[in-house]
Amino acid sequence: MSEPLVLGIETSCDETGIGIVRGTRLLANEVASSMDEHVRFGGVIPEIAARAHLEAFTPTLRTALETAGVELREIDAIAVTAGPGLAGALMVGLSAAKGLALAADKPLYGVNHLVAHVAVALVDHDAASSPLAPNTAALLVSGGHTEILRVGSLARDVELLGSTIDDAAGEAFDKTARLLGLGYPGGPAIDAAARMGDPKAFRFPRGLTMPKFEGTVQSPGKHRHNWSFSGLKTAVARAAEQFEAQGLAVPTADLAASFQEAVVDVLTAKAVRACQEHGLTSMLLGGGVAANSRLRELLAQRCADAGVELTVPPIPLCTDNGAMVAALGAQLVSAGAQASSLEIPADSSLPVERIVI
Amino acid sequence: MLLLTIDSSAGASVALTRDGAPLDAWRTEQTTSHAEVLAPAVQRMMIGAGVTGADLDGVAVGVGPGPFTGLRVGLALAHALAEAWRKPLHGICSLDSLALRATDAGVEGEFLVATDARRREVYWAQYIRDEKGSRLVRGPFGASATDLPELPAVGAGLGLYPQELRPATMDEDPSAWVPDAAELGQLAEGALVGELHGVLCQARPLYLRESDAQVPVQMRQGGS
Ligand SMILES: [Zn+2]
Repeated sequence: MSEPLVLGIETSCDETGIGIVRGTRLLANEVASSMDEHVRFGGVIPEIAARAHLEAFTPTLRTALETAGVELREIDAIAVTAGPGLAGALMVGLSAAKGLALAADKPLYGVNHLVAHVAVALVDHDAASSPLAPNTAALLVSGGHTEILRVGSLARDVELLGSTIDDAAGEAFDKTARLLGLGYPGGPAIDAAARMGDPKAFRFPRGLTMPKFEGTVQSPGKHRHNWSFSGLKTAVARAAEQFEAQGLAVPTADLAASFQEAVVDVLTAKAVRACQEHGLTSMLLGGGVAANSRLRELLAQRCADAGVELTVPPIPLCTDNGAMVAALGAQLVSAGAQASSLEIPADSSLPVERIVI
Repeated sequence: MLLLTIDSSAGASVALTRDGAPLDAWRTEQTTSHAEVLAPAVQRMMIGAGVTGADLDGVAVGVGPGPFTGLRVGLALAHALAEAWRKPLHGICSLDSLALRATDAGVEGEFLVATDARRREVYWAQYIRDEKGSRLVRGPFGASATDLPELPAVGAGLGLYPQELRPATMDEDPSAWVPDAAELGQLAEGALVGELHGVLCQARPLYLRESDAQVPVQMRQGGS
């Protein structure tokens, strides 16, 4: 079979994404975001996101097909994010994907959003220079998730090495930006404010780094490769309150820089260590927080020091999009994976080991 | 005219109608499995009836009002089907299904359709059946059952608020009625052949309620 032509649909959070790939070649990547509608709430409101997905679906589909210069009947398969994500949002994309698959008589692949973030690294690369070396690590950091994965094969072998046990890193950025009055989305706002601040001004906690959580290489603790970010915003709030209580101006830039340093430090330290302890010599970064300048800088430095080869896809492919879903779909088709039934549910907490449902 | 109609405003239902008469119909009272059951139901029905998308004259879909998540599942499916088949998509208010059922059962004069809107409210609309035929008077709205006009009613709202609403009298008990695709298909046919007016609408959900997201305190005081 020649390279499969796959349409991918992504609606797990606030981006309505429709992408089209032929094998690893990107033909279209259309994204309609409802981000502006969430700004005044300081975070993604699931009901608003779900409403926006339904409104955006058909126009986004039409634009994607037009951009790719293909017709629906030429498509070999429809791939859709089945989870994890916001249940009501996932159901819009899943139901629409089923409609397309049914009407156009194409196989449907309900795929894992996290694994799709990894698959996007293949896009625009020819097979000879695949950035996915055997046993690659993937660090996924967004407003909805924070994980480190070991990827043996996109089609059949993905393992969760560690994840956040509470807030996602991007969520911590949003919440902290909100309490510092920096606006939404928090990632770019904190990144900008931090440039004018001192990252060492405050020493904020690095969650789950105490020996009782981490253990040792020989006898790893339960949370050796896990993160926790929920305590961080509380620490920032306390620090800000102390200034307010004394009638002093809150040093927003220093707080933002110190907060960002705390997140990025623990994120990169644990991710790189997980690579070393699992013998992984290459790492892929994905998720919207990949746009954070300090994360990219420190991760690049620590990967280089540890001899881990780092790949960061272009930012529009790091944030949620349909091309990543299509890219994973194409890998599954090529690997001969079994298509999904039209009865599959949306699974808001789909485990990463389930690549296709 | 051959129409495929989907409704997911309460339970879920699918119907194929030819010239307004049902060829086949499927329904479930389950309210939480729309995303799983609707598409397979459409597929089974099309295969069973030996009908392909190319044979259809259009797709009709109930636009609610109804619980948002389930409603969107039916609409997303209908949009995708119509788009892929390149067929026209018609929206129709789901409450009209029960108005048709009421007049078919002999209800005359002014009456209400009231369905479950959750949160101690009903979705309702007022209809009339007289010598000029039957039609919508006003609505649909979302409200507490205590705030409705004192008219006989049909629909699941009756079963939920028996103190506030009184049933329209007829042979069968209308207190558990939920909208159904077969009736919506019949109405869409009537509208498309020009016998009914003001029935079709855009295929967009009738939410009748904002999302109840609250702006956080920090944001209202907030800086930039
Ligand atoms: Zn994501």
